[in-house]
Amino acid sequence: MFRIVDIFPPDSKFDFIGRRKLAMTFSALLILGTILSVAVKGLNYGIDFAGGILLEVKTPVTADLAHMRQSLTDLQLGEVALQGIGGADDQVMIRLQRQEGGEEAQQVALDKVREVLGPGVEYRRVETVGPKVGGELVWDSFLSVGLAILAICAYVTFRFEWHYGLGAMIALIHDVITTVGLFSILGLEFSLTTVAALLTIAGYSINDTVVICDRVRENMRKYKKMELAALLNLSLNETLSRTIMTSTTTLLSVVAIFVFGGDVLWGFAFAMIWGIVIGTYSSVYIALPILLILNYRDDSGAETPKSDENEVEEEPVKPAHPPAQISASPKPPTH
Amino acid sequence: MLHFSKLKIGLILATLLAGVVFSLPNVLPEKTQRSLPSWLQPVNLGLDLQGGVYLLYEVEAETVIRERVASIVEGMRLSLRTSRIRYTNLGVVDGEAVVSIRDNARFDEALTQFTEIDRDALVQTGEDGQIRIGFSEEVRRRLFDDLVARVIEIVRRRVDEMGVREPSIQKQGGQRIIIEVPGLANPEDLKRIVGKTAKMDFHLVDASVDPIAAQSGQIPVGSKLVPGAPGQTSQPSYLIFKRVEVTGEHLIDSQPTYQDGRPVVSFRFDAAGGKKFGDVTAANVNQQLAVVLDGKVISAPVIQGPILGGSGIITGGFTVQEANDLSLLLRAGALPADLKVLEERTVGPGLGADSVRQGSISMAIGLALVVIFMVMTYSRFGVYANIALLGNLAMLIGALSVLGATLTLPGIAGIVLTMGMAVDANVLIYERMREEARNGRTVMNAIEAGFDRAFGTIFDSNVTTLAAALLLFIYGSGPVRGFAVTLGLGIMTTMFSAIMVTRLLVVGWMRRAKPKTLPI
Repeated sequence: MFRIVDIFPPDSKFDFIGRRKLAMTFSALLILGTILSVAVKGLNYGIDFAGGILLEVKTPVTADLAHMRQSLTDLQLGEVALQGIGGADDQVMIRLQRQEGGEEAQQVALDKVREVLGPGVEYRRVETVGPKVGGELVWDSFLSVGLAILAICAYVTFRFEWHYGLGAMIALIHDVITTVGLFSILGLEFSLTTVAALLTIAGYSINDTVVICDRVRENMRKYKKMELAALLNLSLNETLSRTIMTSTTTLLSVVAIFVFGGDVLWGFAFAMIWGIVIGTYSSVYIALPILLILNYRDDSGAETPKSDENEVEEEPVKPAHPPAQISASPKPPTH
Repeated sequence: MLHFSKLKIGLILATLLAGVVFSLPNVLPEKTQRSLPSWLQPVNLGLDLQGGVYLLYEVEAETVIRERVASIVEGMRLSLRTSRIRYTNLGVVDGEAVVSIRDNARFDEALTQFTEIDRDALVQTGEDGQIRIGFSEEVRRRLFDDLVARVIEIVRRRVDEMGVREPSIQKQGGQRIIIEVPGLANPEDLKRIVGKTAKMDFHLVDASVDPIAAQSGQIPVGSKLVPGAPGQTSQPSYLIFKRVEVTGEHLIDSQPTYQDGRPVVSFRFDAAGGKKFGDVTAANVNQQLAVVLDGKVISAPVIQGPILGGSGIITGGFTVQEANDLSLLLRAGALPADLKVLEERTVGPGLGADSVRQGSISMAIGLALVVIFMVMTYSRFGVYANIALLGNLAMLIGALSVLGATLTLPGIAGIVLTMGMAVDANVLIYERMREEARNGRTVMNAIEAGFDRAFGTIFDSNVTTLAAALLLFIYGSGPVRGFAVTLGLGIMTTMFSAIMVTRLLVVGWMRRAKPKTLPI
C-alpha cells in the first residue's frame, strides 16, 4: 500500500538550523510588512468590532446589484457596501456603517433599507451592533489572545525551562502577528471568528513546539557532548515525519471547512490554513533557534555540570548564561 | 503497561457505548426524537443554526441612581426650608447630594432631619458645615443588582405573555440582559414589547392656561407640558399638573377589549389604587384626566362622574395591535429602569438550514479525508486510529448533547478541526513506535515504548490547546463561545480515545496476531 510518510526518509538530515538566519530575515520581513500594513491600511473590521448594520437578503429574482447600490446610496446613510454571496445571483450582503445617534438611528436606517428593498425579499440575516459592544469586543479579543499566549508560555516554562517558554512565546507572537498581517494586506474581514482562529492557531502552533522541545530535552540527556546546533537539527529531523503528518491531517480537515463550510466559516478556515503552515514553520525556524541564541543546555541529566566547552565556541553571543547559572531553574542539577 | 484488566476494558467500552447512545438522537428523524426521554435528546442548535433573534440590552441603572440622588437634593431643600435653616451650595457633586449649612448652631438639627430622607443613603459631614449624602459602594451595588433583577423579572413576564416559543432570558455581566428567541423571524414585535418602560400615571389636566399659550412659555408652577402620543390624542401637547394622582403600580389587571367597535384597554386597580382613583374622579367631575405613558399623554378623557370600584377603560385612538400591546405591558408592570439595545442579531430559518447543511458536509468530507489519509499512511494501525476517531466523534457529540451545550456554526468548525487534530496523538504514538523499532527494539517493546513515551508529549500539547479554548470561552461571545466548547470537549475526548481506545485495539491485535514486524 502506498505510504505517504515514505516520502520523508526516516533518517532525513535537513540542516534546518543552518538556515535560521535566512528564516529569521524572512520572518522579520513578514512582521515588518504586518506593522506597515496595519499602520497604513488598517484592519477591515467586521460588524462585531466596528458596529453598524449588516443584512443578508435573498431576492425573488436575480439581484440587480448596481441598481440596489444606487438606491441604497441615495438614502444617505453613509458608506454602503454590497456583495453578492453564496454562489447564486439572488443573494446579497449589505453592510452599512454605524449610524450616528444611538440605537434609534440604527432602527430608522434599517427601516429605510427595508423600504428600498421592497416586499418579497427574504431576510436571511439582520444584525445591528452598537459602538459600545464593538469597543469592548476589541478589548476582550486582545486580552484573550494575549492571555492565551502568556498562559501557554507559562505552561511550557513550567514543563520545560524558561528558555523554551521564551522561544515558544516569540514563535506564537510571530504566528498571531503575521496572521493579522495577512488579513490586513488582503483586506479580509477581521471578525470574532478571526479572533477564534488566532487563539486556535496559538493553541495549535504550540503543539509542534512542544513535541520538538520534548525531543530536544530527551536528546540533550542522551547526547551530552553533541554540539547544540547539531542536536537541534537531529531533534527536528527525528520529529519531522510527525510534524508533517499532523499538519497534513489538520490541513485536510480545515480545507474541508474552507471549501464546503460557507461564507461564515470561510475567513476562519482561511486564517487556520495560514496558521497551520506558519505555525509549523515557526516551531522549526523560530522557537528552536532561540534556544541556540540563548545558548541553552539542559543539565538536569548531566553527571557533572562541566559541559560548556562545545557551546561557547559555537556561539557568537557572549555566554551570558553559562550552564552553571541555570540552576535557578525548577530542576537543579542532580549529582 | 500493555496489560488491560477486565474492569478497564469494560470501562472503556462502556464509555464508548455511552458516547454512541447519547449521540444517537442527533441522527434520528425528528419524529422519533420527540418520543425520546428528556435525558436523551439531540444537541441544542444555536440561533445561527436554527434561526432566531438575539437581543443584547443594557439596563440604564445609573440613570435611576442619579435620579434618586436628585430627589435627595429636593428632599434636603424641602427639609431645610420647612425648618428655616440657612444653607448654601446645595447640589450634586461626584454623585452625592451636597449642602453647606450656614447656621452652625442648627447643624445637628439639619443632620438629624437628613437621615430621614433616604434610608439607604449614607449621611456624612465635611468641613465648614458641609453635609454629603450619597450611597456607599456596597449599597450602590445592591441597588444596582436589585434594579437589574427587577428589570429581568419584568422582561421575563412580558416575553412569557407574548407566548413565544422557548425564550431564553439571561443576565450578562453586571447590567446586561440577553434575550434569545429561537425560531422568531422578526425582532420588531419583541423589541416593541421588551424595550418599552411602560410607566403609566394619571394626572389632572391644568385648564388654567391654553396649551398653545403654554407652549410659548407661560407654564404655571406645579404644571408641565407633555406631548400627546402621535395618532392617539387630539392635541399635540397637554398641560398637566405635575402631581401624580394615581400611579400604574396599583394596576392589577388589564385587557384589550372593544367599546363602540373600537379597541380600548380595560384596567383594574388594587384596593388602595381603586380608592384613590374613586376619590380623584369624585372630586374632579367634568375635568380632564390625562393618562400619561412614558412621558406621553395617550388619552385625556373628561371625567363624566365618579368611577368607583377600581376599574375603568382607556380610550385612545388605539389600533388593535396597540391595545393588545398596552394591556400586555400594563399587566406585566413597568420597568424600573430604561433599557437600551446594544446589539441585535436575527438569523432567518433559511440561512440556519443552509448553515447546518454546509456544516454537515464539511464535517463529512473532513472526516473522510482524514480517515483515508490515516489508512494510506498507517494501514492496519490507521484503521485502528480511525475507529478511535469515530468513537471520539460519538463521544464528543454525545457529551455536547447530554451536557445541554449549544452547537453553533463555529462549533461545527471546532468539531471538524478536532478530528484533524485528534489523530495527532495517534501519529505521535505510531511515529514513536517506528522509531523505537528502527532502533532495534522488538515489536512488543516498540509498541509499549511508543505508547509510554508519547503520552507526556500528547498531554502537554493538549493542555496548551485547552488553555486557549478556556480563554476563548471566557472572553468569547455567542457563536464563538460554541467553538470554545466543542474545541475544549474535543480535546478531552481525544485524549481518551487516542490513548485508551487505540491502545486497546493495538494491544488486542498484538495478542491475537503475535507480529514479528511492526506493520507501519
